[in-house]
Amino acid sequence: MGKKIAMETNQLAAFAMAQIDPDVVAAYPITPSTEVVQEFSKYVANGEVTTEFVPVESEHSAISACLGAATAGARVMTATASQGLALMNEILHIASSSRAPISVVVASRALSGPINIHGDHMDISSIRDAGWIIMVAEDAQEAYDNIIQSIPIAERARFPIITSYDGFITSHAVEVAEVLEKEEVQKFIGPKKPDYSVFEDKLTIGVLALQDSYIEFKRKQAEDYDKVVDIVKQVGKEYGDLTGRYYDTIEKYMTDDAEVIMVVMGSTAGTAKVVVDQMRAEGHKVGLLKIRLFRPVPKDDIISVLRTADAVMVMDRAFTYGGIGGPLFEEISAAMNDLPCRPYMANYIYGLGGRDIKPSHIRQVFEDGLKAVKGCGFDQQIKWITVRE
Amino acid sequence: MAKELMPKSWKEFPDGIHVEVKDQPQGFDYITAGWRTFRPEVNLDKCVHCMICWLVCPDNAVVVKDGKMTGFFYDHCKGCGVCANECPVKAIEMVPEVK
Ligand code: SF4
Ligand code: SF4
Repeated sequence: MGKKIAMETNQLAAFAMAQIDPDVVAAYPITPSTEVVQEFSKYVANGEVTTEFVPVESEHSAISACLGAATAGARVMTATASQGLALMNEILHIASSSRAPISVVVASRALSGPINIHGDHMDISSIRDAGWIIMVAEDAQEAYDNIIQSIPIAERARFPIITSYDGFITSHAVEVAEVLEKEEVQKFIGPKKPDYSVFEDKLTIGVLALQDSYIEFKRKQAEDYDKVVDIVKQVGKEYGDLTGRYYDTIEKYMTDDAEVIMVVMGSTAGTAKVVVDQMRAEGHKVGLLKIRLFRPVPKDDIISVLRTADAVMVMDRAFTYGGIGGPLFEEISAAMNDLPCRPYMANYIYGLGGRDIKPSHIRQVFEDGLKAVKGCGFDQQIKWITVRE
Repeated sequence: MAKELMPKSWKEFPDGIHVEVKDQPQGFDYITAGWRTFRPEVNLDKCVHCMICWLVCPDNAVVVKDGKMTGFFYDHCKGCGVCANECPVKAIEMVPEVK
């Protein structure tokens, strides 16, 4: 068993990065992920890592430097959040089509405006179409575990990856986590094997492809991206064999006989588990489906859990202007289309800009679901909660 | 992508956008010089074949044969003038496209 340490999640993320000891880290700090870079730079200054640390003048430069280094064959990491991730957007698309396995730690935060530095999922939701793998952690332990797993996942899939956790709620919380030794991490991730040599191989880096071939490149990328789901499962299993903590694309909590299942992502899963326990003790058949892999959507895994439910309550800590509910709801609804007989489905937009979500809110959502399965359905399919009415 | 290298199916397309070079760089078949307003012209009597223009050209538009600079691919040169600026012996002149 590994040793247990108590740290803020951001510090723990930097600790994980130091254990990975990437070749290059190019970063520009932004709240609430600042500490990740700040703490990591201490490991660099103390000579505890071999990383080439590149302080840059913006997130656009950070991700550009990361892409350049990754293209040259280096193992590359950075950290960001919110507007920083938004500023990276242009390069995110090029990184994924370049198949550059960059690993980015994101302390998820609201997007401006109004200006808000607190946790929600708008930043990672807004880049869901950039072709990156996106994993969301519930707590410090999972954040640490995801960061370690991000390296083999990205390098086997040959796609860049974001491992996120909720800004402030998780990023600034001190939690106890079990960690590996650096040697164990190094053995688990193995040495970086570049796909090509920029010195030996004759390559066009970043090819131009117009009407005659662009769509074929994209078709290939889409196909390969779908294979990520199995790679995440495989790495999650290997990591479990090492640590005893097994991971899948999703996590099920009391779902097997559940009539009402809540779908949730990030730190709210922890609160919801408490409510599930309470309501189970009262005899209500409620359960929880936590999404760990937000992109690509683990459709089959989601359907396998939700197909027997009578009501599905999807919780979104993000929304899309004028969309049919939040981003998670859109995906879950689309996935459920394959079923001949769909459960009742409702969407709850909550907790934007770090607004607290309490057990009482979650209980109310479950109660809406229990009422719906009694034959009453929902008075409203998409609801905003934790908001002043 | 070069016509002779174009796979029959998307399934055989490369992983990613870094593509192996055979004889010519990828994208060579595209004519991407339509917006040029100045063209570089080289005076080969002055040229010392240092290859600096070849190195700095962002469009791979400098033609080199047997280690000698011989001129430009005008289908690809966008007329940026970097080569003319960097040539140590001022062997390249930027000439307006207008007559
Ligand atoms: S930079 Fe000037 S001297 Fe050197 S190869 Fe080019 S044209 Fe010739
Ligand atoms: S003008 Fe620009 S594009 Fe044309 S050959 Fe010179 S450097 Fe290349």
